[in-house]
Amino acid sequence: MSTAAEIGVWGVPLAILGGAIRVSTPFLFVSLGETLTERSGRINLGLEGTLVFGAMTGYAIAYETGSAWLGVLAAALAGSVFGLFHGWICRFKGVNDIAIGIAMMLLGMGLAFFFGKPYIQPVAPDLPAISFGWWSDIPQVQAALQVNALFILGAFLAVAMHWMFRSTRIGLTIRVVGDSTDAARAIGLNPNTVRLLSTAAGGALAGVGGAYLSLYYPGSWTEGISSGQGLMAVALVIFARWNPILSFWAALLFGGAGALGPALQSVGVTSGYYLFFAAPYVLTLGLLILTSSPDKAMDGAPGELSITK
Amino acid sequence: MSDTTTASPSGASVAFAQWLPRIEAVVIPLAALLGGLLVFSVFLLVLGKSPVDFYGLIYKAGFSTPFSWQNTLSRVSPLLFAALCVALPARLGLVVIGGEGAIVLGGLAAAVLGTMLIGAPSTLGLLVMAIGAAGIGALWIGAVGWMRFKRGVNETIASLLMAYIAIALMNHFVEGPFRDPASLNKPSTAPLPDSLRVGDMPIGIEVHWGFAVGVLACVLAWVLIDRTTIGFAARIAGDNVRAAQVQGLPVGKLIIGFTALGGAFAGLAGFFEASAIHGAANGSLVAGYGYTGILVAFLARHNPLAIIPVAILLAGFEASSGLIQRRMDLPDATILVMEGIVFVVLLFSETLYGKIAVFDPKFWGGRA
Amino acid sequence: MKRTSTLTRRHFLNSSVALGGAALASSLNPGQALAAADLTVGFIYVGPKDDFGYNQAHAEGAAAVKAMAGVTVVEEENVPETVDVQNTMESMINFDGAGLLFPTSFGYFNPHILEVAPKHPDVRFEHAGGLWTEGMPTNVGSYFGYIGMGQYLNGITAGHATKTKKIGFVAAKPIPQVLLNINSFLLGARQVDPEITCQVIFTGEWSLAVKEAEATNALADQGCDVITCHVDGPKVVIETAAARGAYVCGYHANQSPLAPEKYLTGAEWNWAGVYTDMVQTMLDGGTIDNFVRGGLAEGFIKMSPLGPAVSDASRKQFEATKAEILKGGYAVIKGPMKDNKGNVIAKAGESFVETDVALESMDYLVEGVIGSTS
Repeated sequence: MSTAAEIGVWGVPLAILGGAIRVSTPFLFVSLGETLTERSGRINLGLEGTLVFGAMTGYAIAYETGSAWLGVLAAALAGSVFGLFHGWICRFKGVNDIAIGIAMMLLGMGLAFFFGKPYIQPVAPDLPAISFGWWSDIPQVQAALQVNALFILGAFLAVAMHWMFRSTRIGLTIRVVGDSTDAARAIGLNPNTVRLLSTAAGGALAGVGGAYLSLYYPGSWTEGISSGQGLMAVALVIFARWNPILSFWAALLFGGAGALGPALQSVGVTSGYYLFFAAPYVLTLGLLILTSSPDKAMDGAPGELSITK
Repeated sequence: MSDTTTASPSGASVAFAQWLPRIEAVVIPLAALLGGLLVFSVFLLVLGKSPVDFYGLIYKAGFSTPFSWQNTLSRVSPLLFAALCVALPARLGLVVIGGEGAIVLGGLAAAVLGTMLIGAPSTLGLLVMAIGAAGIGALWIGAVGWMRFKRGVNETIASLLMAYIAIALMNHFVEGPFRDPASLNKPSTAPLPDSLRVGDMPIGIEVHWGFAVGVLACVLAWVLIDRTTIGFAARIAGDNVRAAQVQGLPVGKLIIGFTALGGAFAGLAGFFEASAIHGAANGSLVAGYGYTGILVAFLARHNPLAIIPVAILLAGFEASSGLIQRRMDLPDATILVMEGIVFVVLLFSETLYGKIAVFDPKFWGGRA
Repeated sequence: MKRTSTLTRRHFLNSSVALGGAALASSLNPGQALAAADLTVGFIYVGPKDDFGYNQAHAEGAAAVKAMAGVTVVEEENVPETVDVQNTMESMINFDGAGLLFPTSFGYFNPHILEVAPKHPDVRFEHAGGLWTEGMPTNVGSYFGYIGMGQYLNGITAGHATKTKKIGFVAAKPIPQVLLNINSFLLGARQVDPEITCQVIFTGEWSLAVKEAEATNALADQGCDVITCHVDGPKVVIETAAARGAYVCGYHANQSPLAPEKYLTGAEWNWAGVYTDMVQTMLDGGTIDNFVRGGLAEGFIKMSPLGPAVSDASRKQFEATKAEILKGGYAVIKGPMKDNKGNVIAKAGESFVETDVALESMDYLVEGVIGSTS
């Protein structure tokens, strides 16, 4: 037996680390996209549909062109089209953004399944990964530290978006629009345009999150590719208090906790695996209860957001 | 305002003016439905498929023969209950999206209680099962309301997380402690005896009593919201929590009560699934009805009475999916695309209220 | 009318030859051949019919039926195991005039098929994997294949390929058919080296892409260097395992295009032969047995062609064992044998041959499998 095979219980923390890196990326991109959208005062609950459509488009284009990165680009474009549509339709008075989001979730999934049928069988090229485990000669460590470029991009994006909201004119504009439509109008901003663009950009990010699913991990296009990651990621935005950096940590936490179930089974903790599979949800709920407060309104909640009013 | 009577020449036209908003509320959605189907027709034409065939098949599969109606109506019951689980909290401005959890646990509770009640009189047994299912649903979604009120936990994310936790619990119990060893390839709880199975209504087609109870639940929910002081208080609290508190309304009780009631209805959906359809609890309880219910509730604008036709329409669409696959060589996702398009247009049509001249009393010579 | 009668005659002639040696021959009733008419056959799948797995295997069978003369095939995919499948069955009967239905998912059987079948005594319902017993409607039949034998052969190639002496299995749920596959996979490998162990991870769902990938990675992290699975669509497991450098054995359908270098072999369904036989029996006016089973010999299952990584020694033992199995009466579970909790499951001299119905209610994992059934 090679030494590499015997990492035993160390497999659990390693799997959590590896799982966090592997599984978190779609959550991260959708959360960042939704943070942007919600900061502008709209909620797009339909990003699950955008994610799935992005996964299909990314896979299809990657297969047709032979380039996984073109697939990512196509997924971003497709996502932005969904976002633009959501943003446009919600500017009409009386149209409920949450409801439109749910309907578009259905539409996005429907279109993805409809046009995705011919791409279930073919094998598209995968996105490349960067190996950060070169310092170790343990294959498991090397495998866990195979980091996809999109994960790194997402981490940078989280920092950049945080900086954008704090220190740039664009960030300020989005926040003003998100906090008060009237105030935004008073200083000469067009809230609808800002929201349109924020929703489009949010959709693009969700599309990229989908492309990660189909082009890297798990790395294939099937109709069951998403098990609600898009919906969960939208919820994580509230958990992360509309803060991009916190979104990053929330995504990591969620991905890592999701790896717990399979990893525990692999070291012999075999009973009650359904309960371990629920770990990410229990953990998130617990943290949510601990960090919420009945007295003050949620920190960072955009004032115009229908879901927190 | 003061000269309404003088401006209206006759009582008949006053009555007519009062009816205008109601006519508007029927005409606009119907026009939007047609509009959505029209948009989808373009999609079909681009694909080289005949919209006439398509809609003909929907009619045939969902609404033409007695079997078609059975095909449609047998799908309605869980949608009614699931939609109520969204619509009731929505009166308080709460967005609850985790009804699936209450459905799943309701089904589990009903099936487990049923296995303990073997030999009990049918009516009593079913009643206990239904109460148990409604109770666990009320507890589950009521907890979401409680967390919202006591801890300020956002109900949308909490209910979603609770749904995933509920599904994990159900799977754990069905495949662990409550598994019937005889359920070989589909782990389930022990089968319910015939006396504890909800049967079909005596209407000539096989639609179980869940449909009637669901319709009744919608009517009762409507009465509660529209015709009682509790419903009135809920609406005030939904518009403005501060104002409601200032007026001394029991906001906490309202939040917990409405979420619990919604959860109870979702739990009943689980009861009917377990007792009328599956005859046990198993993984098939996770059928996504909770999520479809969100859509139904929003399309019905959280009006419990409107939930009934919306749920029937949606069920009819779903009922036709198979025939469309078989006859037109279109993938099963086609019906999803159609639903998506139709529902986006329907929701978009809400912007038309108050903007169309014929629904304005002034158009008919009166004054608002 | 003329067309029908010639078709019927040709079918009759074909069938007497084709079915001569088949397992169904006994159920043929040539006397009713003249009563046969054109037949509409409905196939119902729980997932997409090109999932590289369970549904695809059935859809390939359906495609073979489609090619038969006098038969119309209608199909529906993504049908949940709820009232939906009851409606789908009745819709196929009412609108398409289906006379033979293949609702293929495990969960369709009880209660859905058992609910609908008594209302349509003229329609035949054939279910994969169900356990038809006396007292159930007589127009319902259940058929299945001894695919555990395929996993046993998978295990032999795995036993030769593994260097770490640890092989891995990604499983959906701890139901008898899955447990038999896991046990067979390990016992096959132990024919090569009795030191080998098999790690199993249950994902809890038949189709859950990300969890399947995580389970595969967890197995690889524990040093499993040959991995197979029993989930509805093995695509994700096969691709992820191969990406981690592990060898893979396929299941349900041929997945070698997904990992041509790492694919050793695979246990595949061969429904085409089974379905065409059953349809032929119906066309000839015969009745299909209510309880139909078959294995490698009967053509119910087949093995994927051996991949390039399979050594000569491995190939030799694989072929020899396969030949043994083809003779019939082969037992994978034979005494003395214990489960992985130490309970005796087969005393010395006791054996359960592949056709033993007791295997269809298996509730244990054999010694050497790391994992638990609940």
